[in-house]
Amino acid sequence: MATVMEKSGEEKLIEKFGKEKVEKFKKALEDLKSMPGSLIAVMNQAQEIFGYLPIEVQLYISKEMNVPLTEVFGIATFYSRFTLKPSGKYKINLCMGTACYVKGAAMVLEKIKEKLGIQVGEATPDGKFSLEPTRCLGACGLAPVMMINGEVFGRLTPDDVDEILSKFE
Amino acid sequence: MDKVRVTIDGITVEVPSHYTVLEAAKEAGIDIPTLCYLKEINQIGACRICLVEIEGVRNLQTSCTYPVFDGMKVYTNTPKVREARKLNLELILSNHDRSCLTCVRNTNCELQSLSKRLGVDEIRFEGENIKCPIDDGSPAVVRDPNKCVLCRRCVAVCSEVQNVFAIGMVNRGFKTMVAPSFGRSLKDSPCISCGQCIMVCPVGAIYEKDHTKRVYEALVDEKKYVVAQTAPAVRVALGEEFGMPIGSIVTGKMAAALRRMGFDAVFDTNFAADLTIMEEGSELLGRIKNGGKLPMITSCSPGWIAFCEKYYPEFIDNLSTCKSPHMMMGALVKSYFAEKKGLNPEDIYVVSIMPCTAKKLEIEREEMIRDGMKDVDAVLTTRELARMIKEMGIDFVNLPDEEFDEPLGMSTGAGAIFGATGGVMEAALRTVAEIVEGRDIGKIDFEEVRGLEGVREATIRIDEMDIKIAIANGTGNAKKLLDKVKAGEVEYHFIEVMGCPGGCIMGGGQPIHNPNEMEKVKQLRAKAIYEIDKNLPIRKSHENLAIQKLYEEFLEHPLSEKSHHLLHTHYSKKELYPLVK
Repeated sequence: MATVMEKSGEEKLIEKFGKEKVEKFKKALEDLKSMPGSLIAVMNQAQEIFGYLPIEVQLYISKEMNVPLTEVFGIATFYSRFTLKPSGKYKINLCMGTACYVKGAAMVLEKIKEKLGIQVGEATPDGKFSLEPTRCLGACGLAPVMMINGEVFGRLTPDDVDEILSKFE
Repeated sequence: MDKVRVTIDGITVEVPSHYTVLEAAKEAGIDIPTLCYLKEINQIGACRICLVEIEGVRNLQTSCTYPVFDGMKVYTNTPKVREARKLNLELILSNHDRSCLTCVRNTNCELQSLSKRLGVDEIRFEGENIKCPIDDGSPAVVRDPNKCVLCRRCVAVCSEVQNVFAIGMVNRGFKTMVAPSFGRSLKDSPCISCGQCIMVCPVGAIYEKDHTKRVYEALVDEKKYVVAQTAPAVRVALGEEFGMPIGSIVTGKMAAALRRMGFDAVFDTNFAADLTIMEEGSELLGRIKNGGKLPMITSCSPGWIAFCEKYYPEFIDNLSTCKSPHMMMGALVKSYFAEKKGLNPEDIYVVSIMPCTAKKLEIEREEMIRDGMKDVDAVLTTRELARMIKEMGIDFVNLPDEEFDEPLGMSTGAGAIFGATGGVMEAALRTVAEIVEGRDIGKIDFEEVRGLEGVREATIRIDEMDIKIAIANGTGNAKKLLDKVKAGEVEYHFIEVMGCPGGCIMGGGQPIHNPNEMEKVKQLRAKAIYEIDKNLPIRKSHENLAIQKLYEEFLEHPLSEKSHHLLHTHYSKKELYPLVK
């Protein structure tokens, strides 16, 4: 029977993410592993290095940290910081804080979803954009506001979406 | 031990200082309602049903988690407490799939009884019901997340007791659910189908895969010769489903009921248990004499087999190659019995009545298919059989006692004790000792291997040789034992492992009681098992006349070529998380 762990967990990871990233993660893991209660910190490192936490990554963490996958997965799905799907090259963070919301952020969100053909928490099939709403960005004067890879766009209307996204080719 | 004085509802009791308020209240004769509480393994205050008022402590507190202190004053029955408990229950009910009438746990549901007890007389809140698909991918265990109340008792048993870790908490807030990781079906998770989660579920969120429909169909199919066989542990539990006292022995009524249901032959898995002893005992002696792989480990429990294949593949060669008794019976019915009776094996339909859910997984194993035929076609749990008996209008309690059919219905006390932890070991010792010494050794009761502790060990002297044995029940206990064997800390010749804590009498297919009362249930059922043994005229497998005849007429001798073909099997390493397409 073909299985996820047929190859060693590490081989699988290298196949998916390349040797460099895996080595970097292994180093981080070595530093943290012996500290009690370091599971979340390890997962945080994995999220930073690999960008998301697919089953191969979680199985590897489960094995190395000697905790069941159910525990790793429980944490990964509890905290919104962790994602199970890869994010895009350009991360769209649309503010859904109170000010942005009353100024029409939901309509902007609908437009982005329609334009990219993805739902919240997903990435476009070409891996270019991913969409993740956020809480208040502290720029309420510009409401509604969004950030794409750190660059801020304010006073949005649905009509602005096409033009803004076209800048990120 | 430090003691403290606690006053609960005006009653003062002296209790150990490590007690919780809930435990202290019990001492005071006060029954605080609970839902998520499972003694020692799930005391997390999640459901907030067990709330109490404590003098000087702000807010109501969950009594299952709150430790006692000296001079503590607790009130469990104030309007504030009653209202809060009821409100919390109403909130649990607000997004519960309340299709009670069609629920498998209808009339045996803790949520139902609690609603009645706390006086919920209307549904005041209608919460958002997120409809989740039912997971029926596993051949043994079905999960219905819509019924789940998130008490986490199943997670606690699966993780803390069984060490299987198939299910956990997923997501947060309203989307929280109990499930295997990565949205998988139980079938693609580490689940071993032991069904212990079913035994602790307060509602109908986890239950066995239904086989009653296929059995009903077989029973009315005129072309089919339908055979029933019943496991040792069913006869000491089935009566409970009909209101009989726990530990009632209903062997005769069970045989009578099966006959009235329309089974063409009613055989006894205890016969096959005797046969298992002949084969497994010979295998053990062979391994000891010929330097085979030791310790040999029993293979009767398919939950344990699944655990071994997934978590301890390095012990696969230690497993006895014997099929479990009901699979041996299935193979014999479709060969020996078919031949005797002039039946086409393909027309025979074998139904095993089992205290077990993992047997449903076992009959689907590809190793168990011979010449394109399954050894066993359906497995009914004790609960499923009871449901059918009720539906068919059979007045179980007033049935006369009837016998099993010949020739596969005759059994000994050794076969009977397979139902309790240590039973296979004791049955094997009774036979092995006499084969080795070549005489009646006059010893039948091996008290040293009896008991209900999770791990037990003993050394038995047979013919100048010390046979070291160990017994583990519950896969969590098996893990403890095997880790020691692996580390070289202990050495044994023979190990008995049963997948469920207490053995088959506490299997995942048995009648469900409040899990906090299971200790007593376990003792009563075990007592009944040993009583059956004591009252049988023949108590050693090798003295079973039908077994002797079977070898004479058909199998020739234990471990013969025919035996190997029909009664033995093999195992293979399984992944915890197989690749899913």
